[in-house]
Amino acid sequence: MQNSADSAEKIARFEAVVLPHLNAAYNVARWMTRNTADAEDIAQEAMLRAFRFFDTFRGEDGRVWLLTIVRNTYLTWVRRQVPQQNSAEFDERLHTDIEAALTPEGEVLRQATSEQVRRAIENLPPEFREVILMRELEQLSYKEIAAVTQTPLGTVMSRLSRGRSMLRQLIARQRQTEVKHHV
Amino acid sequence: MSNHAERNLLHAYLDDELDLVRSMDLEDHLAQCGDCAHEVASYRALREAVSAADLRYEVPAEFRSRLMAELKEVDRPQAVTVIRHRRAPWWSWATVAACVLIAASAFVLDLRHRAPDTLASEVVADHVRSLMATHITDVVTSDQHTVKPWFNGKLDFSPQVRDLSADGFDLVGGRLDYVDGHNAAAVVYQRRKHMINVFSWIASGSDEEPRVTAQQGYNVIAWKTGGMEYSAVSDLNRQELSELVSLLRK
Repeated sequence: MQNSADSAEKIARFEAVVLPHLNAAYNVARWMTRNTADAEDIAQEAMLRAFRFFDTFRGEDGRVWLLTIVRNTYLTWVRRQVPQQNSAEFDERLHTDIEAALTPEGEVLRQATSEQVRRAIENLPPEFREVILMRELEQLSYKEIAAVTQTPLGTVMSRLSRGRSMLRQLIARQRQTEVKHHV
Repeated sequence: MSNHAERNLLHAYLDDELDLVRSMDLEDHLAQCGDCAHEVASYRALREAVSAADLRYEVPAEFRSRLMAELKEVDRPQAVTVIRHRRAPWWSWATVAACVLIAASAFVLDLRHRAPDTLASEVVADHVRSLMATHITDVVTSDQHTVKPWFNGKLDFSPQVRDLSADGFDLVGGRLDYVDGHNAAAVVYQRRKHMINVFSWIASGSDEEPRVTAQQGYNVIAWKTGGMEYSAVSDLNRQELSELVSLLRK
């Protein structure tokens, strides 16, 4: 049986080790679900699970540990969604575009607005979006991304490489269409 | 230059993930290869654009305070339900009511020195909750060789995970749970549309033969063997659930 002193200690440790990463957890959930309501659901579910299983936490990196739980919670959520939610049709076009694409000029990319970058990231297929976010927003190392996504390092590297290639095309294409509209 | 640098290496270089030697090799290559240098410049610009963009979402204050309240609530080892407050479609009230009922009955039984049915109530509540909340599995796969290692380091025992698809029980995945004051493994199988949670945790006492009970329309089969306690829970009929249990006990 857990007494109240143990309980207070557990809460204190959880607040010190896991809670500081709530923002990271919420952001991963928010970017993956692309809406606030589902992000809150997933973040809440993940935090509650993290708290319940905090006894199994073996002193590894609290952020990596929490994000792994967030990602698992997200994957379970995805399985319950209607298929084709992730705009499969659009992804097809994206994939073929990459093969033929030219390297966008640095200037074009540098001038992208926040809004254009956000929209481009949102349009990445989920398996690429997650590694891009973990790298660019959370600044996780390749090793940490491999731990969170439970994939080999080589897979992380190739997803990052392809993800950035798609992202670059998406931003460049947005800028082109917006320039055309203005002319 | 005909031999371009491998794409992955360019990114590892930009991310400072290359060791010094490989990093210098690549810089040599970039000095000679206009295509690769152009590629690196383009990605560098992309990273600048991404890091300049405002990408971080703030955690809504209202959500944060609700979460803190939930965390305090959940810090009770015997708490059977986690009631979620956000969005309440009609069916959620029904499930919440059902859970409260189950929780209440578990509590009442607890006062009578934990009758064996208490455990059945608790695993049924865990089963219902796993179906209601979006967390039936933490690891989703039909491959026992993925599920089993997933539990490593998460529990102080290695739960039994079997491939019984030939017998008509598909492995859905695994999940960590909490039963009877213990950290437990929940291995999830499925037959037709029926989900089956097989809970296992470290037990005290001698082996016990399977015992079938029914709770709230769910069948529960509990047994003890080799220092482990098991409970299989499902809305699957008793006969088929028994079939799974005998397969698991083989």
